[in-house]
Amino acid sequence: MPPANPHVALFVTCLIDLFRPSAAFAAVKLLQDAGCRVSVPELQTCCGQPAYNSGDKAGAAALAAQTIRHLMEYDYVVIPSGSCAAMIKHHYPPLLADDAARAVAEKTFELTQFLHDVMRYRPAVKTDEKLTYLDSCSGLRELGIQAQPRALLQSPILENDDAESCCGFGGTFCVKYTDVSTAIADKKLNKFAATGAALVTGGDLGCLMHLAGRAARRGMALQFRHVAEVLAGDMDIPAIAGGDK
Amino acid sequence: MQRRPSAFNANAAEALLDADLQRALGAAEAGFGLKRRKAITGLPEFDALCDQAASIKDHVLDNLDIYLERFEAQVFASGGMVHWCEDAQAAREIILKLCQSVNAKMVTKGKSMVAEEIGLNPFLEANNIKPVETDLGEYIIQLADEPPSHIIGPALHKTKDQVSDLFHAHHPALGYPERLSEGEALVGEARAILRRQYLQADAGITGANFLIAETGSTVIVTNEGNGDMTQIFPRMHIVIASIEKIVPTLEDAATLLRVLARSATGQEMSVYTTFSTGPKRRGDADGPEQFHVVMLDNGRSELLGGNQRDILRCIRCGACMNNCPVYMAAGGHAYGATYMGPMGSVLTPHFSGLKAAQALPFASTFCGKCEAVCPMRIPLPRLMRDLRAEAHAARITPARERLWLALWAWVAGRPQLYHRLSGWGLPVLKFLARGRGRFAWLPLAGGWTRTRDFPAPPGKSFMAQWAARKKPGS
Repeated sequence: MPPANPHVALFVTCLIDLFRPSAAFAAVKLLQDAGCRVSVPELQTCCGQPAYNSGDKAGAAALAAQTIRHLMEYDYVVIPSGSCAAMIKHHYPPLLADDAARAVAEKTFELTQFLHDVMRYRPAVKTDEKLTYLDSCSGLRELGIQAQPRALLQSPILENDDAESCCGFGGTFCVKYTDVSTAIADKKLNKFAATGAALVTGGDLGCLMHLAGRAARRGMALQFRHVAEVLAGDMDIPAIAGGDK
Repeated sequence: MQRRPSAFNANAAEALLDADLQRALGAAEAGFGLKRRKAITGLPEFDALCDQAASIKDHVLDNLDIYLERFEAQVFASGGMVHWCEDAQAAREIILKLCQSVNAKMVTKGKSMVAEEIGLNPFLEANNIKPVETDLGEYIIQLADEPPSHIIGPALHKTKDQVSDLFHAHHPALGYPERLSEGEALVGEARAILRRQYLQADAGITGANFLIAETGSTVIVTNEGNGDMTQIFPRMHIVIASIEKIVPTLEDAATLLRVLARSATGQEMSVYTTFSTGPKRRGDADGPEQFHVVMLDNGRSELLGGNQRDILRCIRCGACMNNCPVYMAAGGHAYGATYMGPMGSVLTPHFSGLKAAQALPFASTFCGKCEAVCPMRIPLPRLMRDLRAEAHAARITPARERLWLALWAWVAGRPQLYHRLSGWGLPVLKFLARGRGRFAWLPLAGGWTRTRDFPAPPGKSFMAQWAARKKPGS
């Protein structure tokens, strides 16, 4: 039985807050539709992952402690990003080594995982776009997210034979090692294009921005949207890196 | 291609423009991936075997001194000698001394990454001893005068056409004037040339995949049988191995062998698995008169007590690099070090110093595939992350990157300021994008916009829009 009317904190993530608010609005809509009471803690910023993966453990720990403080009082913490969710779920406890971090980690979920596994939710909307799915590595390997978004989408996914490999984003890696990052993106984009899909959707905005930016530079016709928008049927806003028209 | 880890970025950029290399990497990536998956699907207990294999190595690392002494005693009892070497120089010198003791002019060599680590070939050459590599891949790159680009496929970066050119440049002088292009014919020619060398060699040098404490045996796996001929025909067999290759028993070696080949080449077993115990005994038909094991530490014992100890479980299967998107884009030479890919990015800082090698632990997207495929359960991303932390704490990462990070962390740590700044910045970006949805160029973002457009944000953050909605009356 899914929990009745749980109080959920949406941790928006800094990338979605700044660059793709529509994904957060879609997440709110989905959570409410699934029967949750949604709050957005006002003082949230960044989970600290860039600092953590760049070796600044003290900086990461400070942001982790701040984030934990704002998320403690809710039944669940839901995040429309696999890598930020994995940061809180798997990396906060060893980083902070305290009970609060462990308690928040315990109740933290990635959005599709939460909707599917905890709320047993099925969205009312189905898209008729030719879809393919970008499994981001943290979600896939650290949280085991693979079946959930596919089940929620309820539309046939045009899969490729290399769905489990990285898109080359890697956080700060994508600007530190631009050439390698781009080469990996190109491999991924070619695989996606070969499926005949028109729309790439996925649960991590960083990966999506990186691929959308590269596809735009290459003049590819592929479009990119966060999975929350597709699930909520919010298809009228421009795709990532797409213009107003 | 520069042979130093600090040149990783420039090396990788060069590698990405090398069409032959990219073709070779593409073939390797597809081949290795498919074969490994097949081999593992065929063995349902593979996961359990990996747990067992990892715990064998953990047990060895907990009791390394005991097993090393037992190994030495058993080698001695079977008529061989063990030589302990603290560093690369000590190992080179003892090997030279051993070779000189039999007046060696030419030695055959089986494949050994530890020999690469200590720079053995150039040292022998400088001392008028000719080393002849007998593993086909090693033979190819010896002709090309290049280092291995992969720990189990040293010539993985070469295409068949390049090998054909290389043989045609070197083999006419040896009585093979014809240019060959078919794989089988090329292998046949190399084999014919190498066969003569085995019989003329004064000593044979091999590495070791495992050292067995209970019997004093050394173990190598090959697919060509070259290792057997290297160690059986000459008068002296020298094994060069690092101290963490030890396992307690034959049974343990069998467990590790079951995960090794499957993870490496996707074979159930390598074609040849050879156990060597001491020199030729009375009544043996063949074998070397002398058996020496050169045991190299080279900083490994310092890893035992620290947070990087898990890397000492590595059995050099290569699965981490075969499944690494960065390795498969940049190739092994880009790392500018003996060991490459994720395991190399962890090991190299310990050999070359973190300052010289700090680019390598950062050369990972942390996609986690290396850890997922590692049969020895080595948490490679965690080890690389810890090295990043060490580099950051020592302030040897680029100053500009540290500054950006500090600035971001400082602002993100002040939520009110953070949201005020996004309130000022986002409208400016939206204005500059003028409805196109993306930027082809942004100041201070060249690392992104050199190859990618940057998606433009809408004029207001989510948090600002959310706050406005929540206000009464709106």
